[in-house]
Amino acid sequence: MQLALLMGFVLAAASPLLNRWFGQRASLVMAIFPAFLAAWLISLAPSVVNDGPMLLEWQWVPSLGISLSFLLDGLSLLFGLLITVIGTFVLVYAGGYLKGHADIARFHVALVAFMASMLGLVLADSLFTLFVFWELTSITSYLLIGFNHTDIEARKSARQGLFVTVAGGLMLMAGLVLLGIASGSWSLHEISQMEGDLRQHALYTPMLICLLIGAFTKSAQFPFHFWLPNAMAAPTPVSAYLHSATMVKAGIYLLARLHPELGGTALWVGILSLVGATTMLTGAFLAIHHTNIKKLLAYSTIMALGTLTMLLGIGTEYAMTAFVTFLLAHSMYKGALFMVAGILDHETGTKDVTAMGGLRKLMPVTAAITMVAALSLAGVPPLLGFIGKELMLEAALGAGSFRPLIVLFAFASAVLTIAVAAIIALRPFYGQRQSTPQDPHEAPLSMLLGPGLLALGSLLVGLAPGLLGGNALLTSAAIAVSGQSMDVSLSLWHGINLPLIISIISLGLGFLVFKRWGGVRSKLAYLNPIMRRGPEAGYEGFMNGVVLFSEWQTRLLQNGYMRNYILVMLTVLIALIGNSILLRHSPQLAFELDVHFHEVIVVGTMAMGAIFATISRSRLGAVVSVGIMGFSIALVFILFSAPDLGITQLLVETLTVILLVLVLFRLPRFSNLSTTLERIRDGVAAASLGVLVFLLIMTAWSIDQFESISTYMVENSVPLAHGLNIVNVILVDYRALDTLGEMFVLALAAIGVIAMLRLRPVEDDDSSAVNGGKPNAKEPYDG
Amino acid sequence: MVKSGTIILNTAARFLMPLQLMFSVFLLLRGHDEPGGGFIAGLVAAGAFTLYLFAFGVSATRELLRMVDPRDLIGVGLLFGMVSVLPAWFMGQPFLTAQWWTIPVIDFKASTPLIFDVGVFLAVLGSVMGMVMALMEADKDEP
Repeated sequence: MQLALLMGFVLAAASPLLNRWFGQRASLVMAIFPAFLAAWLISLAPSVVNDGPMLLEWQWVPSLGISLSFLLDGLSLLFGLLITVIGTFVLVYAGGYLKGHADIARFHVALVAFMASMLGLVLADSLFTLFVFWELTSITSYLLIGFNHTDIEARKSARQGLFVTVAGGLMLMAGLVLLGIASGSWSLHEISQMEGDLRQHALYTPMLICLLIGAFTKSAQFPFHFWLPNAMAAPTPVSAYLHSATMVKAGIYLLARLHPELGGTALWVGILSLVGATTMLTGAFLAIHHTNIKKLLAYSTIMALGTLTMLLGIGTEYAMTAFVTFLLAHSMYKGALFMVAGILDHETGTKDVTAMGGLRKLMPVTAAITMVAALSLAGVPPLLGFIGKELMLEAALGAGSFRPLIVLFAFASAVLTIAVAAIIALRPFYGQRQSTPQDPHEAPLSMLLGPGLLALGSLLVGLAPGLLGGNALLTSAAIAVSGQSMDVSLSLWHGINLPLIISIISLGLGFLVFKRWGGVRSKLAYLNPIMRRGPEAGYEGFMNGVVLFSEWQTRLLQNGYMRNYILVMLTVLIALIGNSILLRHSPQLAFELDVHFHEVIVVGTMAMGAIFATISRSRLGAVVSVGIMGFSIALVFILFSAPDLGITQLLVETLTVILLVLVLFRLPRFSNLSTTLERIRDGVAAASLGVLVFLLIMTAWSIDQFESISTYMVENSVPLAHGLNIVNVILVDYRALDTLGEMFVLALAAIGVIAMLRLRPVEDDDSSAVNGGKPNAKEPYDG
Repeated sequence: MVKSGTIILNTAARFLMPLQLMFSVFLLLRGHDEPGGGFIAGLVAAGAFTLYLFAFGVSATRELLRMVDPRDLIGVGLLFGMVSVLPAWFMGQPFLTAQWWTIPVIDFKASTPLIFDVGVFLAVLGSVMGMVMALMEADKDEP
């Protein structure tokens, strides 16, 4: 299984090469990969359905207990099939849609990498693996939304999608870590087989909230829904694949995956039902505002995602059946509709449905496909969408809590969804023929194949749900979601019952809304001022605030003056260490003075050097005084028999003086720029640091909690490290890793100094070099 | 700024520099048993070149160093540090485990810590020389 995933990333890397070799057929060649994976998953399906989940494990970081393990059960099988089958269609479709595009290779890289990541996400068993693939889908989604990188809107939308989903990803990470701590295992299948009940655990509430925020951002639940319509800036194959059929369902997948372990509590039912129902209605309501066909579909996707969340919240056996059926139905018809939207955009040159009309005669096949898919969206028999909607309404009627609210919201969304379906199916194809920017023709076969087969699938599965083991697959998926054994058997006819009556009423009302769509839209325009204050405004305000805050703190802390950096660093040091010394330890200030005369002289010289360095009015004098201090310290090292330290100190001191002299010659003459107040402040900071270091030494001296490791080092220096010079043995053997790190630090510092000296600004050159790192570039935040 | 060309400094530098360099190699090799080691040796060598630099100026020093740019020394030093890791890796031992061999004829203890120390020596020498020379050259640019 890991081989299959690895292949995906290898293929992504190889796609520029494939594009060069196969030219315009590269999409078709690459589509073989997901098709092959789909066939492979289908071949595994019987054993998963009959014998239960399959587990494959591969040690990744054995010393940390992290393994790259994969789990294939009914739920991941269903998702895996959606990803691979729709992925095949999308790749074929993209070959037609982006035919001749200069950057098609880049598109293939991101799309195939996404495919592999998404597959990894739904197949992951380890929580680590799950999280890594989750983030990979966010990143590839960012690259795909921003595919048209010359368009500022596309860049802005891509960034927005990335920020929202990655912020959610951080919450998810916190949630997964809490889950791992609470359950004591990092493996999903082990967690599912655990004895104890996670719902009783003390960490349940924080864990659930973190996980839910992660899932809600990914799956565009209210109030994080705003990024999804903006993500429609992506090329249509991406919208069809990522933003309707697969990636946005990753959050739903996670919720479904965790439902058996975490679901069913009052908190879970309350949050999921209410957020799901709100999202459902918000999506359906906002959809009919728009005339852009992709936005219409995007909001109706939000409605569907809300429905799925709500069903997981309701949690009854009916709701589980409805969940898996609705999931399958939605992926099929929405994938098809998005691809049709791309065809319309491609052929007419506009995305506005009000600008199209009478296309039925010119594009008969497209019209037929749209009709079938839209009927499934509307939930009209005999399509799969009808079964999904019936089950959803039945589940809503059987909800344990918030029943009146859920039923009302479900009814309203059904009405509005029917209106949306009618707009998409009827508006562009019937009525008066309108002139469009381009002369429309029937789309090429490569673009019709995918949506055609998906629409056909909606029809066939609706007519005969038992065909090709459909029931068995859905049963297996529903069992994985509910955690109990159950049997799913779909049928078109449920008898005359309440859901059917609601369906019929909503069908009529929905058609009415469609008939008066223009009027409804102009009425809704009055609501625009309120809409502008929605969650998206909150997001923009927050992001602008972050930028303003960063600018402010950069101006305050990183203003380019050496004295400020030093002052800030020292103040922080004094505050943190001083606080911990005074609160946690009481330094022993009593000590016996047992000093020799020569020691007094050395220390006295040191003190004299320090005092002269501060009061000297000549730079050279100050440098020399600092040098005197350094040499006195070297003397102290030698007196206390540390010759290595002494030599090092001497050499470092010599070189420091040389470097300082070289630098000081470049500075202007000594002058006094600070006010008296500033000098007092600096004096206080310096004196505090001196006191702090003194206290630190006294504290370190008086604490003797552990046995010193120097004995060990002295004893083992010769037998283990074959060296008599313990200092050197420590540097190159005991602590060689530290030294290696320090070498890198030294190298980086040297390269930094060299680069800064070499790359000095040229006075009459462009101003960007002069401004360097100064934060004066004030650009308003545009996303 | 630094006036080069005084007779005493020139003569002293000419004789002192080779001695200092030899001394630095001596410190490097004996460092494992007696005071010395890569860091100290690197500083001494850097001091030697800095003395020469002060006496004869940047271009003369560059000529002395010929092909070797101090910045390359930094990279070579880091490479030595990393290479010294490899033997332990091939032996299947933990990262940075020291390996010891004795070269028979001259009875010399060769080891990965020595390679590592040579890496420290080169990195220190390269860093200090790079900074000093960059400072001197920056000064020269000014009118």
